[in-house]
Amino acid sequence: MFQVRIHGRGGQGVVTAAELLSVAAFDEGRHAQAFPTFGSERMGAPVTGFCRIDDRAIRVREPISEPDAVIVQDPTLLHQVDVFGGLEPEGYLLINSERSLEELGVGELEDRFRAERLVTVPATELARAHLGRPLPNAALLGGFAALTGVVSLASVAAAIRGRFPGEVGEGNVRAAEAAYELVASQVGEPSRA
Amino acid sequence: MPLQPIKFYQAGSFAVGNRLLDPEERTVQARTERSNTLTSGHRACQGCGEALGARYTLDAAMRATGGRLIAANATGCLEVFSTPYPESSWQLPWIHSLFANAPSVATGIAAALRAKGKTDIRVVGQGGDGGTMDIGFAALSGMFERNDDVLYVCYDNEAYMNTGVQRSSATPPAARTATTGAVGPEPGNVFGQGKNAPLIAMAHEIPYVATATVAELRDLEYKIERAMEFHGARYVHVFVPCPLGWGSASRDTIRMARLAKETGLFPVFEAEHGEVVGVSKIRRRVPVEDYLRPQRRYAHLFRDPPRTDVIERIQAGADRNIRRFGLLEDEDAAEDGLMRVLAETDRGPQ
Amino acid sequence: MRSQIEGSRAVAEAVARCRPEVVSAYPISPQTHIVEALSNMVRTGELAPCEYLLVESEFAAMSAAIGASATGARAYTATASQGLLYMAEAVYNASGLGLPIVMTVANRAIGAPINIWNDHSDTMSQRDCGWIQLYAESNQEAVDLHLQAFKLAEALSVPVMVCMDGFVLTHAVEEVDVPSQEEVDAFLPPFEPRQVLDPDDPVTIGAMVGPEAFAEVKYLMHAKQMHALDLIPEIAAEFSQAFGRSSGGLVQAYRSSDADTIVVALGSVLGTVEEVVDEVREQGVKIGALGIKCFRPYPVDEIRAALGHARRVVVLEKAFAVGIGGIVSQNVRLALAGLPVEVFDVVAGLGGRAITTRSLHGLVGDVLEGRLEPGRPTFLDLDWELVGRELERMSRGRRSGPHAENILRDVGAVAAQPH
Repeated sequence: MFQVRIHGRGGQGVVTAAELLSVAAFDEGRHAQAFPTFGSERMGAPVTGFCRIDDRAIRVREPISEPDAVIVQDPTLLHQVDVFGGLEPEGYLLINSERSLEELGVGELEDRFRAERLVTVPATELARAHLGRPLPNAALLGGFAALTGVVSLASVAAAIRGRFPGEVGEGNVRAAEAAYELVASQVGEPSRA
Repeated sequence: MPLQPIKFYQAGSFAVGNRLLDPEERTVQARTERSNTLTSGHRACQGCGEALGARYTLDAAMRATGGRLIAANATGCLEVFSTPYPESSWQLPWIHSLFANAPSVATGIAAALRAKGKTDIRVVGQGGDGGTMDIGFAALSGMFERNDDVLYVCYDNEAYMNTGVQRSSATPPAARTATTGAVGPEPGNVFGQGKNAPLIAMAHEIPYVATATVAELRDLEYKIERAMEFHGARYVHVFVPCPLGWGSASRDTIRMARLAKETGLFPVFEAEHGEVVGVSKIRRRVPVEDYLRPQRRYAHLFRDPPRTDVIERIQAGADRNIRRFGLLEDEDAAEDGLMRVLAETDRGPQ
Repeated sequence: MRSQIEGSRAVAEAVARCRPEVVSAYPISPQTHIVEALSNMVRTGELAPCEYLLVESEFAAMSAAIGASATGARAYTATASQGLLYMAEAVYNASGLGLPIVMTVANRAIGAPINIWNDHSDTMSQRDCGWIQLYAESNQEAVDLHLQAFKLAEALSVPVMVCMDGFVLTHAVEEVDVPSQEEVDAFLPPFEPRQVLDPDDPVTIGAMVGPEAFAEVKYLMHAKQMHALDLIPEIAAEFSQAFGRSSGGLVQAYRSSDADTIVVALGSVLGTVEEVVDEVREQGVKIGALGIKCFRPYPVDEIRAALGHARRVVVLEKAFAVGIGGIVSQNVRLALAGLPVEVFDVVAGLGGRAITTRSLHGLVGDVLEGRLEPGRPTFLDLDWELVGRELERMSRGRRSGPHAENILRDVGAVAAQPH
C-alpha cells in the first residue's frame, strides 16, 4: 500500500487533489481511497487530504499517520502543522515553493530522509502561468507522478480532464505537465515505489 | 366580496333565509348534497365554534373541489373530538401527524400528488391557533415561503383549549386562561405585541389570505371557495368562539363571533398577493364591553370596582383596527389597503 | 457501473435509481453532498417524476415525508446528528403510523459540545424509535443498503434508516458499483402502500388511540420488526442473487468461527478491525470480528450463535449511554446471557477521534493480557491527564467555567506553540 498525505489550507483544492490522485490510480486498475479531514468549512483553515493506493481492496479508514509521501501545498504550514509527522524513512516529500528546502528552513530533513526524494516545485507559479489562477493542486499531482512514479502523468491528466471540463481542465493539465518536467529533471527517472 | 341586495332577518337572530334565494346562491350548508365532511357523532362541546367552522370550511372546500380533497390536521381540539377511538367523523382522506407539523404534512401530500400527476386532488391543512401560530409557526412560514399548493385554515379560539385553556400567542389582552389567571395585580393576559397571523401571511405575499367568523356562514363559505380558485399557498383565519374556554353560553357562539366583528376586535377582510382587496364592514358598531361581558374569561374586569382602564385599552385596540382596516362605512378605503395598514401607528395615521 | 466516486454521490445516485417521488431535504454536515446531488438530479430531470422539497428544518423534512408517504408516494430524506434530534418527534410518528420512509443518517456526534465529526450517538439515540436501523461498512454497502431498505420498508410498512459514517464514508472517494436503472427496477417494484390518503376510498390516519387499544398497536410495531429479522436475510439473499455481491444481512462474521476473541463493531470501523484481525492472526492468535449490520431489530439469535463459542468478546462502539456505559455492549451481553463469555465494553471514536490500527493492536494486547476489566466501560485513547486537570479545576472553585473551553485551552493547537 502506498499512502499519501496532502497538507494545505481550505480553498487550495487539497481535497480535490487527493480525490484526483485516487481516480488516477483507479483508472490504472488499482484500488484507491481518498478522504479529507477538516474543520468547519471555511477558507484558509488547515486541511489534510489522504490517499491510499493498493493492489488489494483497502479496508482501513484511519487517517494516514505513516505516509509514504507528503505533499505540502502551502509552505506557510511548514512551521505551523506537523506536516512531516510519520513520514517513512524512504518517503517522498513534495513542497509547493520556489525556494529550496534550505531556504524554507527545513534543510535538516535531508539528513533524516533520502535527499533525492525531497523536492520543491513552484506549483503556484506554474498554475498562474498555465491556468491563470494560483491553484497548485493539479500541478503538484504532476510533480508527484514524476517524483514517485506511483501514478503516470497520463492518468493524472485524464483524472484532471474528467473533473474539470474544457479549458480549465486543459490549463490544469498543462500545469501538471510542466511540474512533471521540472521534478523529473531534478530526480531523473521516477523510481516506482 | 358577495353582495346581499335583500336582507331578511328572522326574529331574534340575524340569519338570512336561504329559501328566498336562487338555489345557486344558497349556502353549501343549505344543500342536501353537502358532503358532511365532518359528520355527526364527534365529541365536540355543545356550541363549539371550531366544529361549526370546520364543518362549514370543509363542506365548502369539498364542493369547490368536487370532493377531491385531502386534509392534514394538527393536534388539538378538532383532531381529538373528531377521532375518538375507534370512531372517526371524517368523510374525507384525513391524516393527523403531530402538533407542530400540519403545514409540512400538507406540503408533503401536495408534493406527492404533484409527483403522481394527480392535479385534480387538492390539499387542506388545518389546526387551531396554538398549532398554527406558536408551535407550528415555522412550518407554516416555510409552507408560505415555498408557495406550496395548500390551503391552510386556522381555527382561532384564542388559547390552547384541548389541554385545558392555556394561553397562546392568540390569547387577547386581559383574557383569563389557566396560565394567565385572574389573580394578582394585573389579572388575565398581558397587553403584549400580539401575533397577527393574517398580516404575517400577507407579508409572505401568498396568493390569498382571508379572515372570517362562524357568524357569517355565507362569507366563510365564499372565502373557502374563493381560496380554492387559487393555486399556491393560501391562508384563512377563522374566528371560532369556545364556550368552555371563554366561559360564554354555548347558545351564544354565533353571537359572540358576530360581536367580535361588530366591535372591530376581529377585522374581517381578504387579501391577494399581500394587498387587502376587500373588507367586511361593521354593520352596527358596538362597544367592546358588549362583547366582553358575556364571557367569564373577562369577568375580572367587571368586578367592584370595574377595570375601566383595561376595558378602555381593549376599546382602543378595537378603534385602531377600525382605523387600520377601514371597517366602518364612512371610512375612505385607501387604494392600497395593506400599505395604509402598515403606515398606521399608535399615534394615528401618518 | 463501477467508478471512483464520493460516497455521498454514490448514495444519491442509488437513491435516485430507487425512484423516490418526494425528497424532502434540509442540509446538515456531513449529509449535504447527498441532498445537493439529488437536488441537481431532480432539476435536470434525471430523476423524474420527483418533487424536491426545500424544507425549512429537519422537522419539516420528516413531516413532509410523512405526508407524502401517506399519500402513496415513495418518500426519502437524509439527516445527521442535531437534525435527527430535531425531527425526533416526527421520527417516532412515522414508525407509529407505519409509513415506509427511507432515511440516510450520516452518522455524526450529538452536541453539546457541538461537533461535526463521526460517531454513532445520533442513531443510537433513536434505537428505540421503531425504525429499522442498518449500518453500512463501506460506501458500496451504503449504496446496496438503500436499495434493500426501500424494499424492506415497503414490504413491512416500517420506516428504515441507513446509517453511514459521516465524513469517513460520506466524504471518502473510493470505488463503488452503482447499479443501473434497469437493475434497480428489476429488484425494487413500484410502491404499493398499505394505507393511502385517497378521495376514492377515504381513511382516517393518525387517530387518537386510548388505553383500550394502544398496547396492541404498539405490539404490532414490534411484531413487524421481529418479522424483519426473517425478511432482512431474505432480501440480502435476493440482492446477492441479483447483483452478485453480498451486502447487508443481519450480521457478518470475519474469521470468527474458530476465534477465542471476537471484536464486535458497527459501520466503517469494521474495515480497520478486519485489517487488525489479519495482522494479529499472523501472530497465531485466534481472533475474529463480527459486524452487526442490522442493529434494530436486534438479531439476538444470530449474535449469540456467532459469539457464543468465544472466550472474550470486545465490543467496540462509537457511542455510549451516559451514566451506564456501552450501548451495543449491553445488547451483546443480552445475547450472551448465561454463557461464560467475557464481554469488554470499549468506547472509541467519539466526536470523530480516529480509531487507529495502532490503538486497536494495543487494545487487543490489553484484552489478551488481562489488563482490561470486563463489564466496565473502557474509553479508548482517552486523555486522562486532560480530564484530571479539568476535574481538579472544578474542585478548586464553583465558577470553574465551561468544560469545553478549558480543555481546548489545555489542548491548544500546534500553531499556538512558540517555534
